[in-house]
Amino acid sequence: MARKSFNMNKVYFTVAAWAVGLLIFFPILWTILTSFKTEAEAIASPPLFLGFDWTLENYAEVQERSDYFRHFWNSVVISLGSTLVGLLIAIPAAWSMAFVPGRRTKDVLMWMLSTKMLPPVGVLVPIYLIFRDTGLLDTRTGLVIVLTLINLPIIVWMLYTYFKEIPGEILEAARMDGAGLWSEIVHVLTPMAVPGIASTLLLNIILAWNEAFWTLNLTAATAAPLTAFIASYSSPEGLFYAKLSAASTMAIAPILVMGWFSQKQLVRGLTFGAVK
Amino acid sequence: MGSINLENVSKSFGETRVIPPLNLDIEEGEFVVFVGPSGCGKSTLLRLIAGLEDVTTGTIHIDGADVTEVRPARRGLAMVFQSYALYPHMSVRKNIAFPLKMAGMDPGEIDQKVDRAASVLNLTDYLERRPGQLSGGQRQRVAIGRAIVRSPKAFLFDEPLSNLDAALRVNMRLEISELHKNLKTTMIYVTHDQIEAMTMADKIVVLQAGVIEQVGSPMELYRSPANLFVAGFIGSPKMNFIEGAEAAARNAKTIGVRPEHLRLSTDSGTWKGTIGVSEHLGSDTFFHVAAEGIGNLTVRAPGEVELSYGDTVFVTPEPDKVYAFDDKGQVVR
Repeated sequence: MARKSFNMNKVYFTVAAWAVGLLIFFPILWTILTSFKTEAEAIASPPLFLGFDWTLENYAEVQERSDYFRHFWNSVVISLGSTLVGLLIAIPAAWSMAFVPGRRTKDVLMWMLSTKMLPPVGVLVPIYLIFRDTGLLDTRTGLVIVLTLINLPIIVWMLYTYFKEIPGEILEAARMDGAGLWSEIVHVLTPMAVPGIASTLLLNIILAWNEAFWTLNLTAATAAPLTAFIASYSSPEGLFYAKLSAASTMAIAPILVMGWFSQKQLVRGLTFGAVK
Repeated sequence: MGSINLENVSKSFGETRVIPPLNLDIEEGEFVVFVGPSGCGKSTLLRLIAGLEDVTTGTIHIDGADVTEVRPARRGLAMVFQSYALYPHMSVRKNIAFPLKMAGMDPGEIDQKVDRAASVLNLTDYLERRPGQLSGGQRQRVAIGRAIVRSPKAFLFDEPLSNLDAALRVNMRLEISELHKNLKTTMIYVTHDQIEAMTMADKIVVLQAGVIEQVGSPMELYRSPANLFVAGFIGSPKMNFIEGAEAAARNAKTIGVRPEHLRLSTDSGTWKGTIGVSEHLGSDTFFHVAAEGIGNLTVRAPGEVELSYGDTVFVTPEPDKVYAFDDKGQVVR
């Protein structure tokens, strides 16, 4: 009897999990489907699910009207650049907070996180003015700087939680074995933390790739990444849903593929600390 | 090579004083065991010697040189941790070679030394494995291998056997003792297990609340404990303590008799009592006796003794083996 109810529970949970999964995935699916419709079909009522004339004309038109690869390349440079610079700053920071904590370490961590609670628009004007005066507006360097800064708290927090899982005794053993600070970080800490550093890297690339507030507000043409590319297809009038969907699909495809291949690593990264 | 001297060494964490100032001399080649209950500061003391913690006051000398401000790597000591602290991403060979690599030794020489250490510790067949693929005992050997390759001035062991099962613990105990006989290097060994202390040590340092209660050879501590704490801590089963009229008759607050110094008889003796639980080990039998006006006593009888629950017995202490303690718990001689 107990066995049977256990099996039924399993069925309910599986169905529920699939339902939630589909619900979350539906907007993406809908975007992809819409990208293959004509503009008229895209706004048809009732909506057409699969019974429409599949077409690639939106993709052709989007590619013709704007330079996808330039935006793609900007996205790559900005997300990779901000992630690498962020890691370079965050690894030593997280090391010191995890292994030689001071009395105020927890407060510093909280303070760093609290900067993420501030609405970005609150500092838009000062940052915009600084960027204008220093010539950073619409440059990839400028975006790398701003995205590094806004994602740094998350990188430090993730690495900190990960480093906390590494037993301090192993680092002490390295110290007893004659390793200096540098050898300790290079030969012992980093190799042990590779999974954590990798998931931090992946997550941060995704966050930076999808970041839309700063990338839209601080770029015009030269440094505009894929977010700006999508936004350029949204207009207050006329039919644009199908083309917007095609642009969106092209913009999310690379990161979706990357996320798919690295999902094991990502799940591990996002749940550490929660599951031992 | 390998004498260690602590002078007025103390340690506080913030406002909490873990170790009040203490002095301790460890001779070259000695096997010294720090023993005491959990939280007595024995591991902290070891970490101070290792340099993993900074002393709050005092100085530490190794071979006459002041190392108080010297970082762990430069003190020339090797340490074996309770958790083994092996590098999980390196093979056994690389684990053992790590300290030599850090010392900048030539790779050919490193290989030679690692092979020699591996053969001493029966690890030759496991050199290419990762620590995760080894049993607890093998991991412990790797940790010891990593310590011996660099020929340190002294070995520090922090409860190295507490994660092993009982049978393996006895084996490793023998192996470490044997290692000490062969290497003749100073060893400091931290444990809460008084049997490990008694069986391995040349010198035992008994600690309580950061204070050294007594220093001496295992037999000195067994025969002449300085106070109640040492008397109760050293020896198994524990010494029987008796208070009240019986103690007052000997001008003491408390008297103590070890279970092996009590004689049992069914017809006559000093204290009358009834047998409670008995533990038969074959080689010995331990009786828990409820003695009238005295309290519960543990009595050790050699071999097998047939007495059952509820039997009336008489317990007699060996007259010259009764310890008397004053109201401060110090032994009265």
